[in-house]
Amino acid sequence: MMLNLLVQGAQMALVLLLAPLLVGFVRKMKARLLRRQGPPLLQPYRDLIRLLRKEVVLADGASWLFRACPYVIFAAIWVAASLVPTFGAGLMFSWSADLIAIIALLGLARFFLALAGLDIGTSFGGIGASREVMIASLAEPAMLMVVFTLALVAGSTQLSTMAGFLVSSEVGLRVSLGMALFALIMVAIAENGRIPIDNPATHLELTMVHEAMVLEYSGRHLALIDLASEIKLLLYASLIACLFVPWGLAPAGATPEALAIGLAAYVAKLGVGGFLLAVFETSIAKMRVFRVPEFLGAALMLGLLAALLLFVSRSL
Amino acid sequence: MTLIVVLAAMGGLFALTILALAIGRTALGPVVVYGGSLLICAVAGLAALWQLVGGAEAPTATLPLGLPWLGAHFRIDALAAFFLVVVNLGSAAASLFALGYGRREHAPMRVLPFYPTFLAAMSLVVVADDAYTFLFSWELMSISSWALVVAHHETRDNLRAGYIYVVMASFGTFALLLAFGLLAGSDGGYAFAQMRDLPLTPTVAALVLILVLVGAGSKAGLVPLHVWLPLAHPAAPSHVSALMSGVMTKVAVYAFIRIVFDLLQTPVWWSSMLVLAIAGITCVMGVLYALMQHDLKRLLAYHTVENIGIIFIGLGLALAFQAYGLASAAALAFTAALLHVFNHSLFKSLLFFGSGAVLNATGMRDMEHQGGLIHRMPLTAFTFLVGSVAISALPPLNGFVSEWLTFQAILLSPELPSWGLKFLVPAVGALLALSAALAAACFVKAFGVTFLGRPRSKAAERAQETDRYSLAAMFLLAGLCLIAGIFPGVFIDALAPVAKALVGESLPLQSDLPYFSIVPIAESRGSYDGLLVFLFMLVSGSLAAVAIHRLASNRLRRGPAWDCGFPDPSPATQYSSASFAQPIRRVFGTMMFRARETVDMPAPGDMRPARLEVGLRDLIWDVAYAPIVGGIDYGARQLNRLQFLTIRQYLSLVFAALVGLLLVLAIWP
Repeated sequence: MMLNLLVQGAQMALVLLLAPLLVGFVRKMKARLLRRQGPPLLQPYRDLIRLLRKEVVLADGASWLFRACPYVIFAAIWVAASLVPTFGAGLMFSWSADLIAIIALLGLARFFLALAGLDIGTSFGGIGASREVMIASLAEPAMLMVVFTLALVAGSTQLSTMAGFLVSSEVGLRVSLGMALFALIMVAIAENGRIPIDNPATHLELTMVHEAMVLEYSGRHLALIDLASEIKLLLYASLIACLFVPWGLAPAGATPEALAIGLAAYVAKLGVGGFLLAVFETSIAKMRVFRVPEFLGAALMLGLLAALLLFVSRSL
Repeated sequence: MTLIVVLAAMGGLFALTILALAIGRTALGPVVVYGGSLLICAVAGLAALWQLVGGAEAPTATLPLGLPWLGAHFRIDALAAFFLVVVNLGSAAASLFALGYGRREHAPMRVLPFYPTFLAAMSLVVVADDAYTFLFSWELMSISSWALVVAHHETRDNLRAGYIYVVMASFGTFALLLAFGLLAGSDGGYAFAQMRDLPLTPTVAALVLILVLVGAGSKAGLVPLHVWLPLAHPAAPSHVSALMSGVMTKVAVYAFIRIVFDLLQTPVWWSSMLVLAIAGITCVMGVLYALMQHDLKRLLAYHTVENIGIIFIGLGLALAFQAYGLASAAALAFTAALLHVFNHSLFKSLLFFGSGAVLNATGMRDMEHQGGLIHRMPLTAFTFLVGSVAISALPPLNGFVSEWLTFQAILLSPELPSWGLKFLVPAVGALLALSAALAAACFVKAFGVTFLGRPRSKAAERAQETDRYSLAAMFLLAGLCLIAGIFPGVFIDALAPVAKALVGESLPLQSDLPYFSIVPIAESRGSYDGLLVFLFMLVSGSLAAVAIHRLASNRLRRGPAWDCGFPDPSPATQYSSASFAQPIRRVFGTMMFRARETVDMPAPGDMRPARLEVGLRDLIWDVAYAPIVGGIDYGARQLNRLQFLTIRQYLSLVFAALVGLLLVLAIWP
């Protein structure tokens, strides 16, 4: 009980502290792959602190919703991230929201982000919001089909139960799981606005999505939104890690040694994930906005096919 | 006791109708009618709630009304009690809203007398225990709501809406009449108790099922019978729109449940597949239609179609599980459907109230001329936001709970042995997921374009916050949305007797679980705790706010919008409702609505403005309705010639008809 509470608290702090590092690591890797020096690894932390200290310049037409949105978005994503097992499955409150609820929490954050984009009444905010909901309208069902597949394999929508089942030896290699993994990666790329869907480094381009919505934010508000999107990237990385490479994950009620091993394994997984993301992003070009539905439609079909295979045959 | 209270309440509502005829024109009229309806519906709703929670024996009564050899039978079992709660809660909230809103009605005599009758008719449908009383109340409900739809008959669109509504309503009632005729059998046992005992052949049972789907489905708005709904619901005054969308569609769901789950004892093996397929299509079509609208009330009405689809997905799953004897899974699906009935009645009424407040403040339903209302109507905006989050199925509000339960029910369906269902259910799950995501997009648009941004017209600039009664009604419903979202276990437990009575099993007791969590099957399979999610978000959000304001910076400066350095002063450069939906229109609409964009770009030197036109076609109307309308028109035109014959021709026609009939009589075996 106490240990679970401790694991839960450590997890909440860990995702908060580790998220900017992951982004810094990916940026560094991308720069190195392009033979650039790149910003220091800790640059995202410095950016956040700098933004937090600055004053907020609020647009004249901003409403109370615009000022409340960063906190709602941050809260929803942080709560979601603290319920995804990272180094140990024995999270105290993992039963309070299953995977469907975690996805819905991310949906809540997106809902408010899109509203914030519309609040000032500028055309950039609108373009970002309308494209974001278009992308989400395909990414979310694809994600839910992945959840269906995993839930049918594991017999549960509860993340810790799922992770516990997937780490056990009775799973083996399954076609459905492979499809689900591909669909999940595609969704993760889209949801985090990575290349080829959106470019996190871009500004002043008509193609941007996420950056267009947060264009009017400044100071502490921008810091919170940036931190939230960094946590979201970490969340998807942890999700893929705990579902598809669950080795090393400390089970519920594990000893401190197991937890330490879990932590080391988790950091290693993040490193590998961040490196793969950097390689993928440097080797591919951004696609046109109306190619995105095809990309996500493929993810949705993969997810549906995976779930269908499980309905038809329980062993695939 | 409960039944006496409810029937007395209905009597009171009919008395209010007569009173409205007398004093409707005076200033006191709206106060008396709406105040009286509020009190009566509150009492009836509480009585029904007491019956539902108390779990007393279902009271029955027979009054010497209607057919002399039959009488009018009434009964309140668990199902009727639950729907009475839904109907009367919605009615009471609408009456409270109308205490403020209805006073500004410019033609009170076209609304006031019909309003209490409409409320009474909806409750009477639910308590009726024989086919005659049921159909009589059903027709009364249709006709009184039709009168309310055409209350503002000055607009051509409203008249057309009323016409289509009355045609579709009569068609639906006709189908239900035939269904009851088949259920009653050749002996004519019109009481529901007799119908339950009558064995039916599979063919007759299948026929009844289809007729009920047509009859109740046309009232509820199942695709492709939904065409009247987005026309008629917005045409009525806003409190009536709320009732029609939030409550009357639920009465139709009641009719479906009553007949298919209760009266029709002979199972039809393909029934669940039919219902699931129609429901899945309804879901996605409804929300896509809604996304294409720029009239706020019509958007809400189309969105009702989507939610009816979600409810019917739950009911279809319940039918499937029931057919294969998986009682506890059936209970889960059935409870999910009923919970969504309750939840939808809350947030859809709330959203229609909000749209009514906006309509009142700006005089327009078109979103393209609104904008920035959050500054001038902050309280309305807040409640509308709550409703939008709830209807988009986002935690921690109530819409998420019922969709979550539906998803959990879908995840149980691999246990079904039928191959058709094995293919159909994952597809329906994908459709449900798609519609949930599209619903969020739809309400980002509805809220964002109406309430956020800069005002797009003078009227939106001058809007005023609405009156206190309307606000009270909206805050009441918004509060209920939150309560139902964070204490869902209490509501699920209240539904247990209904599920027990109709599918033979109920979900395990939820209120004993710690921290108000809900566990539909077993904790290892999936659990959700709205209260904790809500508290976690509240704590982490406010912790972040306090920490940042204390430790980092709390300074704030107002300045002009940045907009990448090129802010345009004209509010017309904002994203509008049509442009917001453009990406989704391109992705989904090119096939579904034959969406076409034509750009008319003038040649250089030509001074005329460039134009972009968007064409949308309603394929369902084109394919299913336009040929019927065209055929009737053609037939009428041909028959019109008969009006201009000479007397000799008429006489020979009559003679020919007589000879023809005699010939038939002679040849008939």
